[in-house]
Amino acid sequence: MKKISPFLFGAALLASTAAHAQLHVEIAGVGSNQIPIAVAGFADESMAPAQISAIIKADLERSGVFKVIDAGTVLSDTANIDYSAWKGRGADALVVGSVQKLPDGRFEVRYKLLDTVKGAPLSTLPQSVEPRYTRLSAHKIADDIYLKLTGARGAFATRIAYVNENRAAHDYRLEVADADGEGTQVAVKSNQPIISPAWSPDGTKVAYVSFEKQKPVIYVQNLVTGQRTVVSNQKGSNSAPSWSPDGSKLAIALSKDGHYQVYSVNVDGSGLRRLSNSNGIDTEPQFSADGQSIYFTSDRSGGPQVYKMPASGGNATRVTFKGNYNISPRVASDGKTLAWVSQREGGYSLYAMDLSSGQELRLADGATEPSFSPNGKYIMYATKGGGRTGLAVVSTDGRIKQRLSTNAGNIREPNWGPFMK
Amino acid sequence: MRQFKSLAFIITSAALLAACKTPVKLNDTPVVERTTAPQSSTANDRDIRPVDTGATDELNNPGGVLANRSIYFDFDSYTVRDDGKPVVENHSNYLVKNKTRHILIQGNTDERGGTEYNLALGQKRAEAVRKSMSSLGVAESQIEAVSLGEEKPKATGSNEEAWAQNRRADIVYQ
Repeated sequence: MKKISPFLFGAALLASTAAHAQLHVEIAGVGSNQIPIAVAGFADESMAPAQISAIIKADLERSGVFKVIDAGTVLSDTANIDYSAWKGRGADALVVGSVQKLPDGRFEVRYKLLDTVKGAPLSTLPQSVEPRYTRLSAHKIADDIYLKLTGARGAFATRIAYVNENRAAHDYRLEVADADGEGTQVAVKSNQPIISPAWSPDGTKVAYVSFEKQKPVIYVQNLVTGQRTVVSNQKGSNSAPSWSPDGSKLAIALSKDGHYQVYSVNVDGSGLRRLSNSNGIDTEPQFSADGQSIYFTSDRSGGPQVYKMPASGGNATRVTFKGNYNISPRVASDGKTLAWVSQREGGYSLYAMDLSSGQELRLADGATEPSFSPNGKYIMYATKGGGRTGLAVVSTDGRIKQRLSTNAGNIREPNWGPFMK
Repeated sequence: MRQFKSLAFIITSAALLAACKTPVKLNDTPVVERTTAPQSSTANDRDIRPVDTGATDELNNPGGVLANRSIYFDFDSYTVRDDGKPVVENHSNYLVKNKTRHILIQGNTDERGGTEYNLALGQKRAEAVRKSMSSLGVAESQIEAVSLGEEKPKATGSNEEAWAQNRRADIVYQ
């Protein structure tokens, strides 16, 4: 709690604005593995609504992969660079760029990634963006740097959905923000609870559960048009939507047969089909990355455990064995890692398992509702304790931790969106 | 004196009551007799005619047994406790008599654990109440068992006292 207070103070200063999310980053145990990179101020960047070089620096720092060196100067993408001088300052790479206002009101954002070791340009990414997308242009540059220097796709330009709730005020919001918690937009506002948001694979829709009809009902909402449809309102409870990788179906959990079981349904609500068959609770279905399997939570053997079955239904095999409370399975995009929540020694902790070896790693305590970044490198989760909830991020290897919170209400139920253009 | 006065009063009243009865003629139809009888022109200021406003719905009686609409559960338990059985029975009796009435049974859990798993556990509590009502003769078409999970706590604290309040099923008339 001590660590978070300076940032809470900062948030309080913004109390007049809408609920404002900010990240607090803790990085532990990375040390010499970090790539040293210098980021210069972009020429004329102050004319754009967002300071591009600052966003790039924050993204790179937050990843834990880079050691960011403040260049302390402005360098345009056309400037002559003394590579050896930057190498002498300990930077393996240098980022330079410029911003220019175009006659049509857009901004031209130019950047160059320079390899100071080889003394040569490594990458460029010219962009012409509307003023409201300058933040996005900076995240895209950070993604390009991440890809060129680590070989893996960055997730800085992705978005997250989560629920921001103030129960006392009966104010429940489904919000969408950039992956760094900035640029918050309200997608749904209700006076009844909203839970379990799930992004469609193309990033234009979100499925979620709303209690506006005094019971849980599953909706799919087109974020672009605001149009929403009821996907499932069967007798009893309807919940836990999960998209198939091709975006055509949802795996859901329904109590229509007297206890929770897993079903599949087309996105338009047609073609409802029961997939699981047990006498206990079967819920929280999650498609594997290849769409061939569904992981889910079942208490068929007593306490809740994670199981796996074919996506078309059929025999289920048990996946978790340690502890007697294992819930909320999520699979990384490469299909190799399972993240879930386990209650051991009282508390709820976030675990990751290498699915080929079965080896487990405890990533965080006081954690629920995990969600993988689309590159599989990070897991966002809800922190729970003392009634107040917030969001946090941990790298899948457990070395980097970040916390995200707001100045109002509780934020929970995070779902990390897919890669988008 | 007193006793005499009381006696005189009783005698007078009896005579008056007797006078109210219209003499029955043998050729009159009994139906007419009965309808005209209370409308006697010899009504007295001390007569009482009962008035029925129509059936009062016991559901709207704030002091009645149907005002209690919550059934509480023990930790990690999904069976109706003894103290919840009268609540289930009272509402079942009402629903059996009032077939046009429909209810939602909303199951709830305390805040500990995962959102969706808690929703499934709240459903188990609602289903326990539904099955009890069904066994008492309530039609399935009158009941819908649903869950609110941990989303609508009655008590907001993070302690056993609050949690005990939140492990419950509520009956909601629609």
